[in-house]
Amino acid sequence: MHSPDDRRAVRAAAARTAARRGAVIATVSSIVVIGGLIAALVLSPGWDNFQSLFLSWSNFTASFPSIFRAFWIDIKLFLIVEVAVLIVGLLVAVVRTTTSPALFPLRLLATLYVDILRGIPTILIVYLLGFGMPALYISGLPSDSLFWGGVGLTMSYSAYVGEVYRAGILSVHPSQRAAARSLGLSPTQSMRFVILPQAIRRVLPALLNDFISLQKDVALVSVLGPQEAFRVAQIYSAQTFNYTPIVAAAVLYIAVTIPMARMVDRIQRRERLSQGAGGIA
Amino acid sequence: MTPPVIELRGVTKRFGTREVLQGIDLIVPEHHAVVVIGSSGSGKSTLLRCIDLLEEIDDGDIFLDGEVITDPRVDADSARKRMGMVFQSFNLFPHRNVLQNVTLAPTKAHRMPKSDAQAHARELLERFGLAGREHDYPDRLSGGQQQRVAIVRAIATRPRLLLLDEITSALDPELVGEVLDVVTELKHDGMTMVIATHEMEFARRVADQICFVHEGRIHEQGTPEQILNQPSTPEAQRFLRRLTDRAT
Repeated sequence: MHSPDDRRAVRAAAARTAARRGAVIATVSSIVVIGGLIAALVLSPGWDNFQSLFLSWSNFTASFPSIFRAFWIDIKLFLIVEVAVLIVGLLVAVVRTTTSPALFPLRLLATLYVDILRGIPTILIVYLLGFGMPALYISGLPSDSLFWGGVGLTMSYSAYVGEVYRAGILSVHPSQRAAARSLGLSPTQSMRFVILPQAIRRVLPALLNDFISLQKDVALVSVLGPQEAFRVAQIYSAQTFNYTPIVAAAVLYIAVTIPMARMVDRIQRRERLSQGAGGIA
Repeated sequence: MTPPVIELRGVTKRFGTREVLQGIDLIVPEHHAVVVIGSSGSGKSTLLRCIDLLEEIDDGDIFLDGEVITDPRVDADSARKRMGMVFQSFNLFPHRNVLQNVTLAPTKAHRMPKSDAQAHARELLERFGLAGREHDYPDRLSGGQQQRVAIVRAIATRPRLLLLDEITSALDPELVGEVLDVVTELKHDGMTMVIATHEMEFARRVADQICFVHEGRIHEQGTPEQILNQPSTPEAQRFLRRLTDRAT
């Protein structure tokens, strides 16, 4: 007969063996897969040529400082556009979820806004606004193409983010609105204090996901000419017939997006845990 | 003579072609508790939601303290501010703690200073056995506690009328008592109430008047003794028999 203590020891030993075997398998398979990929790359007929065109250290060090400086334009543009997107997207979503007949024209406009702007590739919106608006010479409006590129990004992304918000608003159970209204809160107060806080909490990971996407898409304003990271890298590579500066720009984007992606994972995990703690009353 | 707190005249409500309420007449004088009984789908909940203006009625009129509130020109929010409602599934705000749930309407809808609203909320929470729970979120509370918070939230604005919509139907049986005790206490305070419930012993205890609702009409009404002991219509007799069968 086994005593409970014996059984516990046997189980612990079995768990240790399984963990050790798992670690060995993971290490071996990683070496095989990654090693195989590197070997395929290095042994390919064009490797030497590829290396000097894309991974030239001297080109990298020569171009990196100015690309890095230009990258600040991307960061600044990203931060400003992000805030604008969050505000415009929220407005669009709130308008689309109203039901009052008096607001029908606004609702129609918001629906059109979303349909049209989601239907056009972002790069075309940026291009059309960036070249079109300054060409109108309307007094009082800025003619800076970077400004209009930012407006284009805001319009395109707010259409997506508006739909994310709207999904969140619709996911809040109608009984919450009934409870808020029964307390005498106005429709606006119910939205602000009861519906939106719950809605935003639910769609936070999806919103952050769109952040990451926007962070990369600020590079699209390069079609308008401002000297941001991708543009500067393009100029370098055109001068030297070497693509390493483009790789340098890619490294900068990754350096920002990967930490953001990890942050999204963490928030998502926390959200799952808190949902496990209790249901919605 | 002061008008009744709430009066319904010929209230009719349709969902599509189905007439859920067919000309309801009801008078609730001040300090009275009217209990509405009837099988599921008889229109009890709809009746309460119509009184709170959460549903738009198709015909008839509702008067609150003698003023019509179902006229489209009347501000529905200001009428709702004078009523409180408690729901079957509690409907607490999950993102706000107990104190924030209770003080939301007093501070935002009634523009009461925050400190006054909080003091009043703490007083009520303590009275109904919820002291020390102010900073808990609803998902940390038992069903009975949640429903008691919901009642406190509904009375924190000092409403003229309290509407209770089957407030114990979603509770475990052993938690029903603590919630009904709160209502009994409010009745002693003189709160005017309309209560939809399936708890007949509770109805007998608090009701000044019982209405049996059947197929969208008030089929029979009277004192608890009349309705519960000697129902005169076959529908009410059948309904009450079904309930007693289930209880035994």
